[in-house]
Amino acid sequence: MAQFAFLYRGGDPIPDSPAEAQQRMQRWLDWFADLTAKGYIKDRGFPLERAGATVAGSGRAITDGPYPEKDLVLGVTLVDAPDLAHASELARACPVFEQGGCVEVRPIRT
Amino acid sequence: MEPLEHLFRREAGRMVATLTRVFGVANLALVEDVVQDAVCRALETWKIRGVPDDPGAWLMRTAKNRALDRFRREQTARVYEAQVTRHVESEQALRAQVDEIDPAATIPDDQLRLMFSCCDPRLTEESQVALVLSILCGFSVAEIASAFLSRHEAVKKRITRAKAHLAGSKKLFELSDDDFAERLSSVQRALYLLFNEGFHGSSTDATVRAELCDEAMRLAALLAENPLTAKPATFALCSLMFLNAARLPARLEPSGDLTQLLDQDRSRWDQRLLCEGQRLLEASAMGKELTAYHLEAAIASLHMSTRDPQRTPWREIVALYDALMRVRPSPVVALSRALAIAQCEGAERGLLELHAIADRERLAAYPFYAAALGELELERGRRDVARAHYQTALTLARNPAERRFLERRIAACATDPDTPEK
Repeated sequence: MAQFAFLYRGGDPIPDSPAEAQQRMQRWLDWFADLTAKGYIKDRGFPLERAGATVAGSGRAITDGPYPEKDLVLGVTLVDAPDLAHASELARACPVFEQGGCVEVRPIRT
Repeated sequence: MEPLEHLFRREAGRMVATLTRVFGVANLALVEDVVQDAVCRALETWKIRGVPDDPGAWLMRTAKNRALDRFRREQTARVYEAQVTRHVESEQALRAQVDEIDPAATIPDDQLRLMFSCCDPRLTEESQVALVLSILCGFSVAEIASAFLSRHEAVKKRITRAKAHLAGSKKLFELSDDDFAERLSSVQRALYLLFNEGFHGSSTDATVRAELCDEAMRLAALLAENPLTAKPATFALCSLMFLNAARLPARLEPSGDLTQLLDQDRSRWDQRLLCEGQRLLEASAMGKELTAYHLEAAIASLHMSTRDPQRTPWREIVALYDALMRVRPSPVVALSRALAIAQCEGAERGLLELHAIADRERLAAYPFYAAALGELELERGRRDVARAHYQTALTLARNPAERRFLERRIAACATDPDTPEK
């Protein structure tokens, strides 16, 4: 069994109504429930704030953004799966696509 | 905990009610913004982490913090200060007030006061209902438009105007004001309309309609729980809702088709709601006032008093419809009365009553007037006339369930073996 990080990128527009937010969340909870029941979830992981700081350059300058609105990593989950193909197949059912986002599937080195 | 499926909508309504009390109705827009922010944050966090043990408290805490942030920022901009200072003297006082928010203690009261504020008699009944759905129930414009088969733009305009009117009030409605009684009947009426839209309404989506009924019952229960609003008419209204809701599982077949009251599988009625409805009807029988809610609840109760539809006490039901026509006459009530008369005195007499309904042109677009004509014509054997009426009804049907129901009745005109051709 290998380990993978699912990086959720983009795809988080503001829901039109509480009911829509509810439906969206439900699809994520269902997806996680399914993967959990099948033993794939190592760690549900965590969501990330959009805002933060970047430290960069030889001067190690600290800046707060700007961040690319698209493709920003908004969360991480750790998944156990036999191989990359299998892990990618699991990611295909992720609800992030419904809102135009994507999942980056990255093998974790050991 | 409440079922998760309504969590965001219900909590949004609660947060708006409580924060509106603290920040004042003048800041309704700010309050709605921070509540939406809180819901977004919850979605983004919980979708990965899962739902926390007390989601309501999480949301309220988040909304409170966002509200204070916004207030601090906008206070410097001096946009909200003028209005807010009427309610709170300084940010510190505001913070203290926000910190004191104790959901368990104040939310029912906050919701009640906001409900009374929404049901301002100067607004049309449609606007009051739309406002309640938008502010207290967390429905979007699209969802309200779909529930009422109205155009999106029209609903949006109606809600925007109604909110502007509401924000113009100095403060939330005081439950002990002089015009309280008038307001209470407006609130009852709005909840009655809300429930009816779910129960008889035109939306094609059965879940939407069940939600409208649920919301009406939830808000009506708030009225019944508060000593100020727990009046006989409130109990009668609640009774009416419970009794009708008890029939919902049997009213819509699994396929979403409407089932006529007399053909329903009565074992599928919800016994708990039925008992609660009967209890509330008894509780409503005090005081001097006999409202339309009392009469409608009594009619529903008689319909449900027997497992055998053949033993329905039609004469008593007709007498109640007679009374209802005196209290709140309408062509729809007259239609139901005519059908009850047909049960006692035969189809001929029922048809006479149907043709004699005053204002029956107001039923011209209502499929069940033509359907009632069809039903009684079929009963007295005039199949071709009956079929023509059902076909008229079919052209007026508002959703697939109504269409399927009417198609079945048209088929019955051709094949009903109990009805000899005359």
